[in-house]
Amino acid sequence: MRLTVVDTERCVGCQSCMFACSRRKNKVGFSGSCINVRSDGGVKNGFIVVVCKTCEDPPCAKVCPHDALILSKKGGVRLKKSLCNGCGNCKEACIIGAVLWDEEANKPAICIQCGSCEEFCPHGVLSLTNGEDDDDKGEDNAEK
Amino acid sequence: MLKNRSQANILYIDLSKKDYYIKNRPELLDKYIGGTGIAAQLLLEECPEGCDPLSPESPIILAVGPLTPFFPLASKTVALFKSPLTGNLGESHCGGRSAISIASAQLTAIVIKGKSKKPVFLTIDNERVYFKDATTLWGMDSNFTTGRILRQHEKGSGIRTIMRIGKGGENKVLFSGVNVETFRHFGRLGLGAVFGSKHLKALVITGQSTLEVTDNKEYKKVYKEIYETATESKLMNKYHDLGTAGNVKGLSDLGGLPTRNLQSGSFEKADDISGESFAKEHLGRRLACSHCPVGCIHVATLREPDPNDPFFFKTSMIGYDYEPIFAAGSMLGIHEKKGFLRLVHKIDSYGLDVMSAGVAMGWATEALEKGVITEKETQLKLKFGDWKTYRECVKKIVDRENDFYEHLAQGVEIASDKYGGKEFAMAFGKNEMAGYHTGPAAHIGLIIGSRHSHLDNGGYSMDQSELMKKLLPPEEVVDKLYEEEAWRQILSSLVVCFFARGIYSKELVTKTLALVGLDFAENDLMDVGNKILALKHKFKLREGFKFSDVRLPERIFETPTPVKNWDRKYIEDALAHADKFMQKNA
Repeated sequence: MRLTVVDTERCVGCQSCMFACSRRKNKVGFSGSCINVRSDGGVKNGFIVVVCKTCEDPPCAKVCPHDALILSKKGGVRLKKSLCNGCGNCKEACIIGAVLWDEEANKPAICIQCGSCEEFCPHGVLSLTNGEDDDDKGEDNAEK
Repeated sequence: MLKNRSQANILYIDLSKKDYYIKNRPELLDKYIGGTGIAAQLLLEECPEGCDPLSPESPIILAVGPLTPFFPLASKTVALFKSPLTGNLGESHCGGRSAISIASAQLTAIVIKGKSKKPVFLTIDNERVYFKDATTLWGMDSNFTTGRILRQHEKGSGIRTIMRIGKGGENKVLFSGVNVETFRHFGRLGLGAVFGSKHLKALVITGQSTLEVTDNKEYKKVYKEIYETATESKLMNKYHDLGTAGNVKGLSDLGGLPTRNLQSGSFEKADDISGESFAKEHLGRRLACSHCPVGCIHVATLREPDPNDPFFFKTSMIGYDYEPIFAAGSMLGIHEKKGFLRLVHKIDSYGLDVMSAGVAMGWATEALEKGVITEKETQLKLKFGDWKTYRECVKKIVDRENDFYEHLAQGVEIASDKYGGKEFAMAFGKNEMAGYHTGPAAHIGLIIGSRHSHLDNGGYSMDQSELMKKLLPPEEVVDKLYEEEAWRQILSSLVVCFFARGIYSKELVTKTLALVGLDFAENDLMDVGNKILALKHKFKLREGFKFSDVRLPERIFETPTPVKNWDRKYIEDALAHADKFMQKNA
């Protein structure tokens, strides 16, 4: 399963996707969301929707000094929280800015391609493709 | 007990001392829920009796509700202040990202007092306040430029709110507002002038804290119900599709669309400025407030050729809604969409309330036509439909160019006090009218509403759904409008958008509040609503306000409305009843 942005022009900037992502982790708010919606230099220009594009050879994992980002067979990376010291190299390495930062945890917020955001997108901006169920939920997806 | 302590954090800022502190006051939420409820209590605490609204001791209060950012549609920020325009309660609501950003900064309300010696803007970041120099931003012609500079200069893209005033606020035009996220406003009653009087150019608020609920499983279930109702309901689709502009044609056909300073209730060119027509020719983008899946904000694209160079084009994005279309369209006899958009853009770039600006210019036009004033005063040949001249007029108001504009910048009530034409100066309680001439309930609603807004009680809707069929006694109209206003106090204490009033039932309100740790029984909610309304009435009485003192412009009785058989006495009886209600309630 891979999350893709179908059409940013359909995005109205409601950020329901960001709240859905945090809610999955039993949090309410923006921090820790693995998807980012922000204006493209002012809302009059519309929005930029940033999601992890599951690189085959992900730069974020390569620059991690503690091997805390592990390649997932299902695509993308998973965070081994216990190994991460919050250095932020991964964030710097992602040229599209898809490694978002959980300010409260001081660790990266890594997308696990679960599709929660897509479920709560009211205007069809996002899509989860490839049709397989993803049971490979990272440790940051643990239900409390 | 509140699940998150930060939800009771009140930030107090003193602009004179450049100082601030936070006080945690959960008892306020237990009593008044949040939003307008706690803001009304804070206003009574912080605003000295009889104070000049533009003095340093006059407070600005911003508040969000306990459901922000937990549930969709709880996305408004309520501003309370003493209105420089009316001299009594000032209240204005705004969406954009404002509410979510304030809650994410671990705050529920912000109280701003004092006055900075030099222009400043504030950055509020997770409970911290930074006082920053705004000297360079002060005096800029366009509010949009100010927004762009702050966007580039400040951090928090995507999660912050940027509230700023334009030249109108700086020059203390009494109906200037505060622009937020380019297309949203604290429009009415002069909050912009209060910012200006404090040398406060802008507020940038950002935060990254997250909150928790009492029961995650139940929370997700209730959340989903609300989300699905909001995205699937026909009513909400209406707001998304054409938006509020979709009402223009219908109201004109009905005879309730104020036209040419309310000399008529229908506009023969309403088709040209209808929601359908804007959507077809100009709609360029729809936007949403943060955490509202609906997306009711309609933005037009305006492409204009350069007058001197055939291959130069200027493309602007300009927001429109029903109210601007009334105020800068039909009320001024303007039917050219491009002209209307250029006028709105001008008003917006100066940060004026479009409704008051339109109504004030409508009065000036008629006064000039009737010889009440001359071109010596206006310096312009104001003519209904002539949007180019109105653009110049807006600038003269903002610059307070001569004695006439000095008065017009204080609203149509003050201007007509000095120059005459009172019978067609369309303000109620000194607040310029809203876009509804549907019948007596619309006008009574504006007058008896605590902030003299058409949204206080929806009188315009009562005209159409009830009074057009059968005229009720005026006292009964007042009682019904107050019942509606009491309930709307609950919604605006939750800061739930009024467009979602059909979704947030009493049952749902109780359920959602329980999930953040606030216990309110379903049966007690109306009492709480009345209590909050009483706080506002207390403030109005304290400042010497009486409903029966409100001037009734003769024009509303001359121009027929869809509701028939009512007169001046009908309204006067209603106001006498409203006064009794206010006295008793407060």
